[in-house]
Amino acid sequence: MADFLQLLVAGLATGGIYALAAIGFVLLWQTSQTINFAQGEFVMVPAFFVLAAMKLGGVSFPAAMLIGLVVSLLVLGLLFKRLVVDPVLRHGVLPLVISTIALAIFLKEAVKEFYAADAQPFPAAWATTNLAIGSAVVSAQNLVIIAVAVVAVGLLQYFLNATRTGRRMQATAQNPGLARILGIPVEHMILYTFLINAALVALASFLVSPIYLAKFTNGETLGLVAFVAAIVGGFNQVRGAIVGGLLLGVIDNFVAAYLSAQYRAAIPLFLLIVVILVRPQGLVGRAEERTV
Amino acid sequence: MKIPPRARVLAGAAAVALLVAAPFGLKPYGIYLLSLWAVMTIAAIGLNLTLGYAGQISLAQAAFVGIGAYTAALLTTQGWPLWAAFVLATALSFVIGWLLGYPALRVQHHYLAFVTLSFTTLVFLILRNEEWLTKGVYGITGIPRPNVLGWSTQMPVDFYFFCLGVLALVSAATWWLIRSPWGRAFTALRENPIRASSLGVDTRRYTLMAFAIGSALGGIAGVLYAPLVQFIEPTAFALGLSFSLLLMVIVGGAGYFLGPFLGAAVSVLLPEWLRFTEGLYLILYALFVMVLVAVCPSGLIGLAERLRRPAAIATPEPAPPDDGTGSS
Repeated sequence: MADFLQLLVAGLATGGIYALAAIGFVLLWQTSQTINFAQGEFVMVPAFFVLAAMKLGGVSFPAAMLIGLVVSLLVLGLLFKRLVVDPVLRHGVLPLVISTIALAIFLKEAVKEFYAADAQPFPAAWATTNLAIGSAVVSAQNLVIIAVAVVAVGLLQYFLNATRTGRRMQATAQNPGLARILGIPVEHMILYTFLINAALVALASFLVSPIYLAKFTNGETLGLVAFVAAIVGGFNQVRGAIVGGLLLGVIDNFVAAYLSAQYRAAIPLFLLIVVILVRPQGLVGRAEERTV
Repeated sequence: MKIPPRARVLAGAAAVALLVAAPFGLKPYGIYLLSLWAVMTIAAIGLNLTLGYAGQISLAQAAFVGIGAYTAALLTTQGWPLWAAFVLATALSFVIGWLLGYPALRVQHHYLAFVTLSFTTLVFLILRNEEWLTKGVYGITGIPRPNVLGWSTQMPVDFYFFCLGVLALVSAATWWLIRSPWGRAFTALRENPIRASSLGVDTRRYTLMAFAIGSALGGIAGVLYAPLVQFIEPTAFALGLSFSLLLMVIVGGAGYFLGPFLGAAVSVLLPEWLRFTEGLYLILYALFVMVLVAVCPSGLIGLAERLRRPAAIATPEPAPPDDGTGSS
């Protein structure tokens, strides 16, 4: 039972990080039909912005995190949209897939070449002690991750559902043409989505890097899992991404502990194939009429 | 392309002559690269059928190259002849490719990209973990090169000609295929599946067929790859190779017959000429792909075509399908 609780908490923490990346993924798809194959690299890169700010700028860790966030918003939000997505979007979904695959290679190789090829320690913004709950020992780090992820998702949901801008963004996602007719500045709304995605991946990066260390190859699994989480939950729903992310995190931890550590990476993929064949709209998603 | 047929024949003959003469001025490493180019071109031709002609994105090609390579390695190190590996690997890849096509019937584009990506990762995990069969991360060494009707291909030059011969056969078969009713049905599938279906094209069968044939060519490339490098291990067939093959097809020009030849050359040979850039090569290549896709999604051949006809700027589409692609 103690093991079970420990694994569950660890799984929810990993799942929370997956969910953050998956939500960004879903938002980009909804508002601009962007399938970001570089999403994993987007989670990998912000940690290096922070490390670079500390190493080159000599600033303190909290200041470096702030710089990392701002640079992420600029580079992974604004520049990504302007330089990579906008010029390719008119050609359709497939060229954009190719372009983001190239972007993933670019980011990975650039970090490797200009920063470091080996794993870099990344400071944690919180205590790394363990807490005893009954007979189970739970790391405080995991609890903090869960708390931060919950708050972030809660704020995002509040923003999307209860504010004027958030509702305009939803309208844009549902029907861009009609939104434009109603006077919603669609272009701005799409840009906001990219900025929110950049903020989410930066947050995920700051949460995941203290555990796994910052390394240029980190994005490979993260990006895949984020996508699987989005599909499994339901590609057209933010809450689908949350469900999918948490589910994958928990399953991943239980499989590694109880079934097979060698094949833990295969489980999300199996889940993906099963969901696509049996229930393509995802566990909580609604059927999408677009894919004719 | 409206190049006169005679010029085309001449250009083709010159290219073949160049390929035949090329190894004689080169060191063994240069010959190895040319052979690798031939092998990768075969895999890219397969992917071009699936992606370029039938319009189904696939990131599974590395897995089929891996299946082919391991089939060849396991059989030939047990004393079987290489042709047996060709037969078995082609059949195996064809059947698995056919099965992998089923998800393509249900989902499109990005979903399909991730399903096939998952497949590559699953195959990689099996190659790495099932040590009783594949020797896991230690890989398989001492893969022999074949004797073809008494002609030993032990030397790099001989093996290069063997690869070139297989490439020639594959090219001829593909050339025939894309001009056959099948190839036209593939194109119809890409351009407008609903119209194709209303014209009587069995879209279901042709989607599966496009996957199966493309995958079989991946398997054939793998069978050549194993005796070329003579040592194989799982990481060679991980996702990186799938991405690399996909970029080859796109950079060369998806849906053009010559696209894979050009794309494989850019991907295999160019890094050697750009040695001086050291680690920057992949960064530059990635940037180049991003710019190319933005400027001209139909690749280098599409770009060349557009430069030849500056009047028609707006339509970089590959050759449109003929009408009445149906009954076959």
